Amino acid sequence: MAKPKIAIYWCASCGGCEEAVVDLAEDILGVVEKVDIVLWPVAMDFKRKDVEAMPDKSIVATLLNGAIRTSEQEEMAHLLRQKSVYMIAYGACSHLGGIPSLANQFSKEHILKFVYEDGPTDVNPEKVRPMPHSKVNGHELELPEFRNVVRSLDQVVDVDYYIPGCPPTPEITKTAIAALLEGKLPPKGSVLAPDVALCDECPRKETKPPEFSFKEFFRPHQKPIDPDLCLLAQGFVCMGPATRAGCGALCPKGSMPCTGCFGPTSRVKDQGAKMLSSICANVEPKTEEEIDKVLQGIPDPVGTFYRYGLARSILRRRIDLPINGGKK
Amino acid sequence: MANENYSAGNNGNWSPRIVAFFCNWCTYTAADLAGVSRMKYAPNIRVIRLMCSGRVDPQFVLEALARGADGVLIGGCHPGDCHYSEGNYKCLRRFRMLKRVLADMGIEDKRVRLEWISAAEGEKVKRVVNEMVNEIQELGPLGIPKKFEEWDKEIEHLKQHIESQEFKQEEVKK
Repeated sequence: MAKPKIAIYWCASCGGCEEAVVDLAEDILGVVEKVDIVLWPVAMDFKRKDVEAMPDKSIVATLLNGAIRTSEQEEMAHLLRQKSVYMIAYGACSHLGGIPSLANQFSKEHILKFVYEDGPTDVNPEKVRPMPHSKVNGHELELPEFRNVVRSLDQVVDVDYYIPGCPPTPEITKTAIAALLEGKLPPKGSVLAPDVALCDECPRKETKPPEFSFKEFFRPHQKPIDPDLCLLAQGFVCMGPATRAGCGALCPKGSMPCTGCFGPTSRVKDQGAKMLSSICANVEPKTEEEIDKVLQGIPDPVGTFYRYGLARSILRRRIDLPINGGKK
Repeated sequence: MANENYSAGNNGNWSPRIVAFFCNWCTYTAADLAGVSRMKYAPNIRVIRLMCSGRVDPQFVLEALARGADGVLIGGCHPGDCHYSEGNYKCLRRFRMLKRVLADMGIEDKRVRLEWISAAEGEKVKRVVNEMVNEIQELGPLGIPKKFEEWDKEIEHLKQHIESQEFKQEEVKK
């Protein structure tokens, strides 16, 4: 019997998710024994045309990492969707928009202008920008279109499952692939990780006080971090209460507050709003001025609460940004 | 909300649609009092009764705006008067941060408002609602559902293109 086919593809991502697959270490041999990898641009020499030549639904699963920002990524997402039985959003960017979707606070024009003209290391006196169509020495050149909005995978194509994390841990990846190969899958649309908050598996849980009363917030570089005490109890913004478990509390174990990469549990729609709700309700003061003073300890609320999920949040994007052009 | 595009519709007969979250023990009773006292105020608010302003999850506010509300009004008990002792303070603290997030997301300050209105202040319900309706009338529609549609036109195009290509391929096969 032929081995089931798997494709691994990347879109707007940093390459960390690819590393995460390699992080399976020797276990990757077990995976390769059981499946045929038919597309993996980072590691193997298969091309788009190879995928195009395959019959529809002939790939068992595509693990797609990265957010969707360009027309080419969109096309590949559609193509792989068509060829795959299961489309799996792999990693925070594909699942929720990830770090790239923080760009949803700025317009396309703002981003291109900075990157190609105003950036401190730019030398571009002719202000050349990437053009979708251009002619060079009589040759027609085409580049993908840069979209106005960064999207999660499920905002572009139908997604069957999500593997969360920035990047997903080897354990989460292994469990998900095993479930896939054994056909023991939960209902469509599930996130393949435990459906409880991170605090539940955090080794610092015992020291979490029953009630918080924040007098001041700190960022990790602002004071020494106690290795055992609950990070929230120390005044650090730890996203644990609003984040799904499954990573084994890697960051808190390494004395860094959780930044929320696994996204919310199934009962929460907007991770950022939920974390805001949880943490702000428990600041100590009762007057506007005093409350504001404490909350100033969180200088960038969107970047803090929505670090991995702006595209998938309720508002998705700064709402007063123009489509095409504009200065904001 | 039955017609999500209502507030983003044609501007000619547009009037603001405001979702109001009122605390059962104070502002909701005050709105009731305003009604019983036959006070007249703008009919633009849709009241949702909650047991406490502390129950207002910031997700509710975002969801209301994302589904087509032009503004959100939260009414709770005066400081010190909360039926559950601390709920209104929790609401205030969340609200202070929520306002910063909303500003960063491009939503005008006046669209989301928190007011302390006791059960005896029917007059204040009238004043606050009228004020807010006037302010939002000046700002115009927020129309987020319409924005989502506009944003996603750029990906609709590709989808249609792919479908048409598939159609062509099928034609060729035949």
